[in-house]
Amino acid sequence: MTLQLLFDALSLGGIYAIAALGIALIFGVMKLVNFAHGQFIAFAVFALIVPSTDAVAVMGLGAAPALVLVPALLAVGAGLAVASEYLVFRPLRNASPVALMVASFALGVVIQNVLLVFYGGRPKAISLWPDLGKPVQLLGAEVPMLQIIVICAVLLVLALLALMLKRSRIGLEMRAAAEDFGMARLLGVRANAVIAGAFALSGALAATVALVLVAQTGVADVRMGGQIMLIAFIATVVGGMGSLPGAVAAGFAIGAASVALQAALPIEARPFRDAFLYGLVILVLLLRPQGLFASASAKPRV
Amino acid sequence: MTEHQARKLASLTTPVLLIALLTAFVLLIGAFGDRSLGRMAAETLIRVTLVVGFWIFAGNSGVISFGHAAFACVGAYVSAWATLKPAMKSLLLPGLPDWVAQAEWHVLPAAVVAGVVAALVALLAGAAILRLSGIAASIASFAFLAMVNTIWSNWTPVTGGTSSVVGLARYVTPWVGLGWAAFAILVAAIYGASASGLALRATREDEVAASASGIDRYRHRLAAFTVSAFFCGVGGALMGHFIGVINPDGFYLSLTFLMLAMLVVGGIGSLSGAVVGVLVVSIAVEGLVRLEKGVTLGATQFALPAGSQEILIGLAMILVLIFRPAGLLAGRDLILPAAWVAGRAKTPK
Repeated sequence: MTLQLLFDALSLGGIYAIAALGIALIFGVMKLVNFAHGQFIAFAVFALIVPSTDAVAVMGLGAAPALVLVPALLAVGAGLAVASEYLVFRPLRNASPVALMVASFALGVVIQNVLLVFYGGRPKAISLWPDLGKPVQLLGAEVPMLQIIVICAVLLVLALLALMLKRSRIGLEMRAAAEDFGMARLLGVRANAVIAGAFALSGALAATVALVLVAQTGVADVRMGGQIMLIAFIATVVGGMGSLPGAVAAGFAIGAASVALQAALPIEARPFRDAFLYGLVILVLLLRPQGLFASASAKPRV
Repeated sequence: MTEHQARKLASLTTPVLLIALLTAFVLLIGAFGDRSLGRMAAETLIRVTLVVGFWIFAGNSGVISFGHAAFACVGAYVSAWATLKPAMKSLLLPGLPDWVAQAEWHVLPAAVVAGVVAALVALLAGAAILRLSGIAASIASFAFLAMVNTIWSNWTPVTGGTSSVVGLARYVTPWVGLGWAAFAILVAAIYGASASGLALRATREDEVAASASGIDRYRHRLAAFTVSAFFCGVGGALMGHFIGVINPDGFYLSLTFLMLAMLVVGGIGSLSGAVVGVLVVSIAVEGLVRLEKGVTLGATQFALPAGSQEILIGLAMILVLIFRPAGLLAGRDLILPAAWVAGRAKTPK
């Protein structure tokens, strides 16, 4: 039972951590709180099926074998994010963080309604890799195969990302840009490459979340990215705005808190689980308003 | 009269001009418009109440709040609890405490109490949210919106859950809307000119310099947040009594988006920007809704697909942010020149 809870917490927290990383990466390099991230996720979900307003979903890209599907979907996510950067956020490069945030909110509404026009508003059932739902025995607990794959995939993504940020040139430039963008540019960091790179990574992370969501829920809904985006935001705030390790740690912590609340709350209070979760977060922020891992650039300098 | 006094007097003409503008709008539509335009006028004035309320906080503090639709939600339900017939309430909302279930108030005190309850909720929520810095506070306000929506969608015995509450008295005419909008504009102008409003705008311009001058950012933000929630609560109550049906999802992301779009298009920097933004966006929305229903041009029937309204408004918002970042009015107020106000004899230099 407790082992089952641990797996639940790890897989849920892992998804939150990946989503939070997607937000924190972009915030780090250009101080943009990307309110369109949830719609990036929804867009990647709908990229799996053929556009139509019928109630029954016909798999398009989703019917391809996993070896083709996964890289293609990551490319779709990255492509959408880079296109948004080029069309919307590049002209706003020197705007205030508030204007950027409002623009991303508007972009999210646009993407969501474009999906609505092409796919209709009703949620659609789609089955991606149905075999993964089968439970397997592991250390005496019944765990769905999918959960194990999610946990492994999350760890893999985190390891690759850490390697990239620590070892590669573009990773170094991204970390420098997150620390102090103006100084980094003076030292020869290519602003456009770094920002486009951060968006591409963020979009690919959104597509990863989309894959996991579809495999878990079996539903495609235009609104499906919203809730997870909100949790991801909260994770970036709790972790300390702009801190990547903070976002990951807070994502896992929120996943664990969510699973713990689900198990501990009495039945009649369970529909309010998310409300308790958000209340808990506001409490944490009262104690540490700067977040758990505040980055050095978070405070205004005079 | 000194130059300073003349300017101060001139700044008082802003609310007068704005109220005159809205009155002209109502009279014009009353004289020439049909029934559906009359409904659009009432809806626009309700939105003026909401957006001016929103502006009192967002405009003066420079912090975008995503939580103000939640205050409209609270206001709408408080007014419904207070005014619905007891028989209706025992049917739809069996979980209400007795004294609420028996209440059958007049609509005006109900609207005021709706605003007061929203303001109290804001005082509590703001006490936590506004301790955070700007962007983090915006995100926390978004969490607050989601929290209120979760509670309202699931607390079925008291709020009716996701099924709608019906049968609210539909009393909101353009004139009722105008009354509340005028009141909101007056209070917004008075707050903007007050010491607290000035201090809050100082923190918007330069947080560090303001705190070095001894301004308590948190206190002024909380004061503005509470006042602004009052008008959002009233606006929500008016929305409920305008349509006659309320539902938690009617006060969620799409309302947040619409309020933000109006503020951004008009210009967040001034009260006139908020009012003009509501007028411009409302007229555009009315046009787009008609296009979505379909119009006949000569022999061809032409209609936009559903959802294109949001797409076009979203694009318009992005274009305004790129090409006219301060909005249509660019932070200026509609104002009579100080020279006119001071009189010809002592024209200030």
